[in-house]
Amino acid sequence: MPKPPPPLFLGRASYRQRRLRDAVRLLPVAGAVGCMIPLLWPRGAEGPGNGLALLYLFGLWAGLIAAAFILSRAMRPEDDTDAAEGE
Amino acid sequence: MLTFNLLVLVALAYVAFLFAVAFAAERRAARGDDGWLRSPLIYTLSLSIYCTAWTFYGAVGYAARSGLEYLTIYLGPSLVMIGWFWVVRKLVRIGRTQRITSIADLISSRYGKSTALGVIVTILVVVGITPYIALQLQSITLSFSVFVDPGGDVPAGASRDAVALWSAAGLALFTILFGTRNLDANERHHGVVLAIAVEAVVKLCALLAVGIFVVWGIGRGWTDMLARIDASPIADWSQPGGRWVGLTFLSAAAFLCLPRMFQVLVVENGNERHLVTASWAFPLYLLLMSLFVVPIAVLGLDLMPAGSNPDLFVLTLPLSQGRDGLAMLSFLGGFSSATSMVIVATIALATMVSNHIVVPVWLRLRRDGSMIAGDVRGVVLLARRVSIAAVLALGYVYFRLSGGGAALSAIGLIAFVGVTQILPAMIGGIFWRGATGLGAAAGLVSGFAIWVWTLFLPSFGADAVIPAQVMAQGPWGIGWLRPHAFFGVQGIDPVMHAMIWSMLVNTSLFLIVSMLTFPNPLERMQGAQFVNVFEHSAGTRAWGQTAAAAEDLLIMAQRIIGAADAQAIFLRAAQAQGKPGYLPDVTPDFIALLERELAGSVGAATAHAMVGQFTEGASVTVEDLIAVADEAAQILEYSTQLEAKSAELEQTAGQLRAANEKLTALSVQKDSFLSQISHELRTPMTSIRAFSEILRDGDTGPAEQQKYAGIIQDEALRLTRLLDDLLDLDVLEHGQVELHRQRGQLRDVIDRAVSAAGPRGGRLRLVRRRADEAIMLETDLERLAQVFINLIANAQKYCNAADPVLRIEVARLGAGYAVDFVDNGTGISPEHRQVIFEKFSRLTDPGRAGGAGLGLAICREIMARLGGGIDYLPGQGGAAFRVVLPVADAMAAQ
Repeated sequence: MPKPPPPLFLGRASYRQRRLRDAVRLLPVAGAVGCMIPLLWPRGAEGPGNGLALLYLFGLWAGLIAAAFILSRAMRPEDDTDAAEGE
Repeated sequence: MLTFNLLVLVALAYVAFLFAVAFAAERRAARGDDGWLRSPLIYTLSLSIYCTAWTFYGAVGYAARSGLEYLTIYLGPSLVMIGWFWVVRKLVRIGRTQRITSIADLISSRYGKSTALGVIVTILVVVGITPYIALQLQSITLSFSVFVDPGGDVPAGASRDAVALWSAAGLALFTILFGTRNLDANERHHGVVLAIAVEAVVKLCALLAVGIFVVWGIGRGWTDMLARIDASPIADWSQPGGRWVGLTFLSAAAFLCLPRMFQVLVVENGNERHLVTASWAFPLYLLLMSLFVVPIAVLGLDLMPAGSNPDLFVLTLPLSQGRDGLAMLSFLGGFSSATSMVIVATIALATMVSNHIVVPVWLRLRRDGSMIAGDVRGVVLLARRVSIAAVLALGYVYFRLSGGGAALSAIGLIAFVGVTQILPAMIGGIFWRGATGLGAAAGLVSGFAIWVWTLFLPSFGADAVIPAQVMAQGPWGIGWLRPHAFFGVQGIDPVMHAMIWSMLVNTSLFLIVSMLTFPNPLERMQGAQFVNVFEHSAGTRAWGQTAAAAEDLLIMAQRIIGAADAQAIFLRAAQAQGKPGYLPDVTPDFIALLERELAGSVGAATAHAMVGQFTEGASVTVEDLIAVADEAAQILEYSTQLEAKSAELEQTAGQLRAANEKLTALSVQKDSFLSQISHELRTPMTSIRAFSEILRDGDTGPAEQQKYAGIIQDEALRLTRLLDDLLDLDVLEHGQVELHRQRGQLRDVIDRAVSAAGPRGGRLRLVRRRADEAIMLETDLERLAQVFINLIANAQKYCNAADPVLRIEVARLGAGYAVDFVDNGTGISPEHRQVIFEKFSRLTDPGRAGGAGLGLAICREIMARLGGGIDYLPGQGGAAFRVVLPVADAMAAQ
């Protein structure tokens, strides 16, 4: 079987790390937007009610925590020098 | 039914347990066994002081009154921690590189180490946080009162005040004991941190236990609980949008600005990597803390009699079901929440008050000779301890005066709005180079004033501070200044009203004044350091060429951070410059380093002022400004580098000159030694020859024979001694010496040296602390004694004080020990210090000493062979020698 060609772009690992940082930066923005979504719902008796709102908010919260956990695992600790901070 | 006395007993036992935990943690840290104390888990748990008694008891009450709005208080901080990469990471990095001690120090340091800004922020947080501390005291007394009178009403005044008073006193004791152990705020308070981590676990377990009991013990699981929520008074989603957004923002901002959060988040942070763990673990903690709040509130509203205080459902619900044990656990959870918040808030406030108000005032009062006289370290520690007591006393007084009536959450939100006034200056300071000190001051003062007028003063109640008529019509009838309706905008919720107006005016003034004013050079430099902290973490370069004498700086540093630490810093700096001894060259780098080290103890502004007293030309150099203005810098940078290179060359040339001078001096010494040794050899030789001739000729009586033979022997002995010394030195220098290792007490070695050197010059008085000398050694004790004998004999010979005293002090030095020999004479002048350890050197005229100047050279060789060292120790008031005992020996100590 022929060997697959080597990857064209050599800085894959560090590229991935920089995009991970982008994701870490983006996560709170997504979270803030998610928290504000219930404000669009109708209020009072014809609205979804606090039970549903509670489920939605805690679900969103748990999802954010899970995402933060996964991202924190994927980030490499030794890359803390921020040589590529500007990108 | 639980009795009040049992409750007091349990609370006391719990407090004793916390003392034991804190004490054990300090012990372990002192032994260097603190690996797990620095774990990310402990860091995350310590962040949980965000959850005070307000959130422990108050969240349920909040949910019972306003539905899901309580969640905003937790969602804001969760978002901040999930977004740690934006702000928190930068704050922590700045805190570490600039050695920030508090949030007031951060603002002061960013805006040119300004004392005034430090004072403004300190006053703001003291005013804002004192009611918050009072709130914690109130929650403790309220929870006690539940057990006395299940209705939740306040019991007899005397016992209520006593509970608050004793709580405040106990907290003050704990905080003083474990919060002021070390002066350097950047060193972690291990005892405190571990204690609050334990309290974090207790309060989480307590709330979860009550929640589980409510959902599965009283109710029948989640689905049943959701049905109950839909049937409850808080079933409808009717959240006002403004408050939802506003409170989320407010809690996120307060999370960054609260002094106690800044303390654990930034100051006590031991490792930046811990943030990565805390970024998901802390939101998880908050989620668990708020998970059962709504079920408890719903069941409380359902089961408890109408009119009972919803703030206390966490306690009263288990009690009403006869679960005394659960109620007790819940009580401990609330107690934990209150105490841990008070402890950390008090430490943070006390650090600010002592560093930004007490110490600057003290320094100004004794402007003339503050560095020469007095123990600064002692003053700072005392100031911090007194501040702790004063802050808690203020909290207690506020509690007594306010009478503790308002719903718990009201004071919490008021404090949040107060501290949030710091946010524009803080965020602007770390992201915008153009922010100036005047802008920050304008924003802070205006925001603070609006907060006081629209929220803080009215919170005392109608007619308490502001008359009702002013509330309704404005001061002097000016309608648009009504506290709850600025510019005629009526009908907004007071908290939102105050927050919107204060933040609007605060931020606008901050931006506009910043753009209109011009920062001073130091401000620009600090601004660049803060904003670009990730580009150059090397630290600040504060001063240009200076004329400060290293010895003066050493004396000052010893007074602030203690002799051992100061000497260690100077020694390291000197070694880094490749210089022997304790006195490095006073370079800008060294000054900056020293200033940062001092800032860790007394804050940036004070450290800057103190070092500034010694450095002439207190201005920022061209080089520094160019580094600041790095957009226009390339060409200038190049010429600066050339300049730096030439400065470096100059320094090297200086060092070469010094080396050359030393060589010349040595050569002169060698010549004089040769002539002297010829002289020393010739004199005894002459008399030996003369008397042996007389004896050979033989016409002498027996008595004369005896006398002449005696003279010949004395002279021969003198020759032998001289040759022995020379041989000894030669053997040592060529490493052919054999060491006879033995075990023995340091005290015995010194005793032996004293008695061997003693009888000759009885005038010298010795001062020793025999208790310190009880150290086991394993080394060549004979050789070590030889060194000591030499040093004592030198003091006898050369100390020229009228009443000579030699102090022998043993001190811990890193992993090993040092023995200092300090006399009270005039000491050795700087130009002689570098040659005294050389062979043949003798400072006074040859006739007086009677030796050949080999003693100290032999001492140095011996200590080098033993693996230790001997140095001249400057700045001690007389001649001082430090013998550093070899490390391996000290390890074998105890």
